[in-house]
Amino acid sequence: MGITRRRFLTWVGAAAGSQVVVAGRSQAAGNRQFPGFAESFGVLHDVTRCIGCRRCEAACQQVNGLPEPERPFDDLSLLQQQRRTDAGTYTVVNRFEAAQGPVFVKTQCNHCLEPACASACFVKAFQKVPSGAVSYNVDVCVGCRYCMIACPFNIPTYEYDNPFSPSVQKCTLCQPRIEKGLLPGCVLACPKEALTFGQRGQLLQTARNRIAQHPGRYVHHIYGEHEMGGTSWLYISAAPFREIGMREDLGTMAAGQLTAGPLGAVPIVVGLWPVLLTGIWAIGKRKDKIAAGERRQAVAEAEKNARQAAEAKLAGLREQLGKEKEIAVKLAVKNALEEAARAAQAEALPGNGEPESKEEK
Amino acid sequence: MAQPTPVPGKRLLTPFNVVTGCILFVGLALTAMRFIGGLGAVTNLDDNNPWGVWIGFDLLCGVALAAGGYVTSAACYIFGLKRFHSAVRPAILTAFLGYALVVFALHYDVGRPWRLPYPIFVSQGTTSLLFEVGLCVFLYLTVLFIEYSPAALEWLGWRRARNIVVRLTLVLTIFGVVLSTLHQSSLGALFLIAPSKLHPLWYSGYLPIYFFVSSLFAGMSMVIFEGTLAHRYLHGQMDEAHLDESDGVVLAFGKAAAFVMAGYFFIKIIGVAVDDNWAHLATGWGAWFLVELLGFVALPAFAYTLGVRERNRSLIRWTAVWTVIGVMVNRLNVSLVAFNYHLPPAQRYFPSWMEIATSIFIVTLGIVAYRLITSRMPILYEHPDFRHEH
Ligand code: SF4
Ligand code: SF4
Repeated sequence: MGITRRRFLTWVGAAAGSQVVVAGRSQAAGNRQFPGFAESFGVLHDVTRCIGCRRCEAACQQVNGLPEPERPFDDLSLLQQQRRTDAGTYTVVNRFEAAQGPVFVKTQCNHCLEPACASACFVKAFQKVPSGAVSYNVDVCVGCRYCMIACPFNIPTYEYDNPFSPSVQKCTLCQPRIEKGLLPGCVLACPKEALTFGQRGQLLQTARNRIAQHPGRYVHHIYGEHEMGGTSWLYISAAPFREIGMREDLGTMAAGQLTAGPLGAVPIVVGLWPVLLTGIWAIGKRKDKIAAGERRQAVAEAEKNARQAAEAKLAGLREQLGKEKEIAVKLAVKNALEEAARAAQAEALPGNGEPESKEEK
Repeated sequence: MAQPTPVPGKRLLTPFNVVTGCILFVGLALTAMRFIGGLGAVTNLDDNNPWGVWIGFDLLCGVALAAGGYVTSAACYIFGLKRFHSAVRPAILTAFLGYALVVFALHYDVGRPWRLPYPIFVSQGTTSLLFEVGLCVFLYLTVLFIEYSPAALEWLGWRRARNIVVRLTLVLTIFGVVLSTLHQSSLGALFLIAPSKLHPLWYSGYLPIYFFVSSLFAGMSMVIFEGTLAHRYLHGQMDEAHLDESDGVVLAFGKAAAFVMAGYFFIKIIGVAVDDNWAHLATGWGAWFLVELLGFVALPAFAYTLGVRERNRSLIRWTAVWTVIGVMVNRLNVSLVAFNYHLPPAQRYFPSWMEIATSIFIVTLGIVAYRLITSRMPILYEHPDFRHEH
């Protein structure tokens, strides 16, 4: 029985593991769409309810063990300046002057559904986990900071002054707390319920209801529903988002889709370039060969022609030579005959036989 | 120029050596500061500007300008332009040193340089264009090392090994072109992920193509430029083939660069048209964009054409320098100037003198290594034992 139960637990573990693996893979730029994790959690930030008390900042620092800031969290004069997250701060509240008076907006990692940071990271340090958080694994991070380039919300920060173990820092959505059944620190601390934690689908419903119930109060838009493919943090506001420091020109395309084209071209280049280049090389080679062949042929032709010409000339010469020889022979014969005649005449004279015998030889 | 290159080590106190020595000294001090104090100790990088000149110049410009290696070897071995043969070895050596320095420079920039092999061997983030860049640069550096090795093997007199490597030339060249196509273009594609941060005039779906095409004329111009420098300062080491062929190389590469630049100019215009960015041209950013496009692409392309038509080699040589600067302007625009254009001036990045000095230090290392190698190995001349064996 014990064995069976242990085996059962192993299966559960394997199933859970494979879910994560599949999840990791489905974020890869491919031609299949990633529908998102249906059950994932998120937070709805109702900007109209935020009073800029900075309690969420204080809670974040406490639950994450972040360093004490230079000025205490109840020093609200800090709201005079625009701040952003940094290596010791996962979230900041900023104040904006809108038509209807001051507006306070909390910023932190939006835990995108298809995160730009995860798509950009070349060691998979970022993962969208099923609970909704975008987690960061410091154990593989090289510190290239491409995630910071990629994030459309300017969220990840870096420990520039740490020489030996610098890491990227950003909000974790309190993933460890969520997995223990606890609320994220900021949500728990908010005195005005400006932050609502829940499943993303339900949050969208809540947001829609609020907009519907107070048609005059809200801008008719849920920020984060579609921005950059959607985020786990959602915002509703009375002021246009562009006036409270949030970009409205991000588009709805998830970051991964922006780079899917060039990534998709890789196999094409790897597959086609060698064929093309070898082809060009072979054509060049063949051209060279044909040219060389033609040259050789031309040379051969020229050689042949030259040879023929030479032979003809030689034949002529030979003929001429033959004629000359003939003449010479005839001449010699004639001479010899004359000589012989002369010798015959001389034979008649006594004591003159020797030259004759020489000539006969 | 009058006197032949001094044998290294003979006269130590040349101006070249003094300047180099100072740069190396400062560079070593900055290196110590960087690795003891962290990135913050020497750079002006911050959370909004995570990439500075070490990426914009050392990586982006470095890789683009090292393109001479694949361009020249492809011209010679794939397109069969044998008259470029003497230009191949110097180009390969420069490319190899260039990439080696890019990788070296990355050690300064990334937070944990000892983990640089991680993307390849530990955890592969295949959705990242930076992964593609990393993998290709790693492989291409290996290819370049092998392509360069015959020079070293001839120097060592290892005939067998040298002949084996030489036999691989075509395959290596094809590898080189494939890998270069991929990472030259993906350097541009890196910025595709940040449409909200890069100014629309520079952000374009064609970024990868722009980077690839401009790497072609960047490479050709660098070959002309280096050839000119080598002629001037390393004249004594060149053999007749190199001296004879160099004019032909200048003319041919000038002509090819003019063509490619004209093509590049048109696809840039098409990019503006496709995204309907005409209105941006009337702004200050537009003026700067036009400076880049007209002043550093159209005009040098025209100057190249003129130089080739009139066989004016010195015009071509100056145009090469001009084009090289233009490619740097482009890479710096994409990575630094037009990047984060929406931020208020106070939050924009400007490099610290220490970042610039470190980059100069790294370039100097490259020059020293080039001189050391060319003064010993058969790069600018053919080894007498291996002449006519190609
Ligand atoms: S907001 Fe930025 S850091 Fe957070 S998940 Fe999205 S891309 Fe990543
Ligand atoms: S800095 Fe770290 S987490 Fe960010 S992209 Fe690079 S390796 Fe990934």
